[in-house]
Amino acid sequence: MASQEIETLASALARLPGLGPRSARRAVLWLVKRRENSLDPLVEALEAVRDKLIECDICSNVDTQNPCGICADPRRDQRSICVVEDVSDLWALDRAKLFTGRYHVLGGKLSAMDGVRPEDLNIGTLLERVEAKEDGVGIDEIVLAMNATLEGQTTAHYIAERLEQHPVRITQLAHGLPVGGELDYLDEGTLAQALRARRPVD
Amino acid sequence: MSLASANLHMALNQITLSHFRNHAETRLDDTRRFNLLVGENGAGKTNILEAISLFAPGRGLRRAALAEMAGSSGDGELAIGASLATEPDQEPVRLGSYTKPAQPGRRLVRINGSETSAVSLGEWLAIGWLTPAMDRLFTDSAGARRRFVDRMALAVDPLHARHATRYEAALRERNRLLSDEREPEAAWLDGVETQMAEHGAALAAGRAGLISRIMEELATLPSEPFARPALSYAAGAPIMQSDLAEALRDNRRKDRAASRTLIGPHRDELEVAMEGKNAPAASCSTGEQKAMLIAIILAHANLAARGRPNLLLLDEVAAHLDPIRREALFERLRDSGAQVWLTGTELAPFEAIREEAAVWRVVDGRVERF
Repeated sequence: MASQEIETLASALARLPGLGPRSARRAVLWLVKRRENSLDPLVEALEAVRDKLIECDICSNVDTQNPCGICADPRRDQRSICVVEDVSDLWALDRAKLFTGRYHVLGGKLSAMDGVRPEDLNIGTLLERVEAKEDGVGIDEIVLAMNATLEGQTTAHYIAERLEQHPVRITQLAHGLPVGGELDYLDEGTLAQALRARRPVD
Repeated sequence: MSLASANLHMALNQITLSHFRNHAETRLDDTRRFNLLVGENGAGKTNILEAISLFAPGRGLRRAALAEMAGSSGDGELAIGASLATEPDQEPVRLGSYTKPAQPGRRLVRINGSETSAVSLGEWLAIGWLTPAMDRLFTDSAGARRRFVDRMALAVDPLHARHATRYEAALRERNRLLSDEREPEAAWLDGVETQMAEHGAALAAGRAGLISRIMEELATLPSEPFARPALSYAAGAPIMQSDLAEALRDNRRKDRAASRTLIGPHRDELEVAMEGKNAPAASCSTGEQKAMLIAIILAHANLAARGRPNLLLLDEVAAHLDPIRREALFERLRDSGAQVWLTGTELAPFEAIREEAAVWRVVDGRVERF
């Protein structure tokens, strides 16, 4: 029978995405056995996260500073904003270091079934950003980088419509052929999408 | 027998069932063009057809859960296997579908020893079926007929399923918005309706296309002694994407009052009438309905095969047919090029094909070759 402390920690860890009770108990045991090398650094890291991480008031990214490192970076293009569903999407895009503008994290997607309404998402703050002209510079382009799911696309459509009155260019990530993808292995839905979105060769 | 082997280049053979419903270990060898399973009610004849139907993507002819199919004799793991001969001189392809004890709810598929997805089974063969549960199709709800059409369309175009699920999901979103206490926001409805129009239009086009191709196929067949069914597609909304989007927008007030979406492909209807008699199928006799259903299934089998080995699973199909129609059915099945699996409680109705058929007696989850 494990002690109360171990049970408490295991049941807290079990709730983490992708873990579950069995893996959680294994992780706890592993940590207890490696107190100095693993447990102490983990405790410190958790404390640091708890004490220092905050949500950015501008874009809702998570960082140790507010505004976040991206919003505060003067080298970032202030005229374009890439809108994503979650922080993990922001990380995915920023890992690639391709987008030079700033981000806006919605914190989810519209879903009538799950009861997520427009006011539950950071849509109001996005509209404010577009209207406010950050640091005196107006926004030129909004890139909608929602997932290619039904709810993601509904959300993209909704935001595009809310932005209709504003003089900004609204773009959306392309759907279709992945880089290095072989046609023979693609599912027909992706192929159909790629064919629909075909463009002239420059 | 040379008769059997000569015309059976593309067929399933060496079929094995392990821990599948009431079959602990069942093996069917030396199959032919016609294969008969004869036995009393509850002996396990349909279970064999169901097992074979799992060599196609999807949930099989009963649409049952895997846990239901697993026999009490195993630890919840079931396995079915078969060899598929495709060319006269080629090594047959070995197909397997099974579950593992750790994940009894997950269907695993192997083709020639390597694990693959159930969808890839469709690259090897096409399977169609007719069961007594489908006899009520013409008197059943419109929803049952839509599912019937969708299943047929899916066998011809796998993309059809994606449009159907996406349309359904968008429809649920719209209905939820319409039934909300608060007035739904127009921009949100716009977003949902855009998705509904895109996938709904594709869904409607898939259904309409399938029905017209089945009609073309039916037109090549004689109208006697099988009554030729006339199928028509009554769309539940405009079928062009932009028109559908507009119709949904125009209907918002009415739909809001009803708390649900009143127009769209989810209100489509498949209308079937008996040609010549000019009567709706639902008012025809049981035997006539069965004959029309068979005609549709056979026409679809021709469409869906597209050069693949083709299997037809016909459960208790002889029951409602008179001797002349039975004879005609066997004749058409012979022409179809499909491997045919038939069940019955007695052998007498199958006298005409008995010589050329492989016959098994099924008793209490075991088979015995006649």
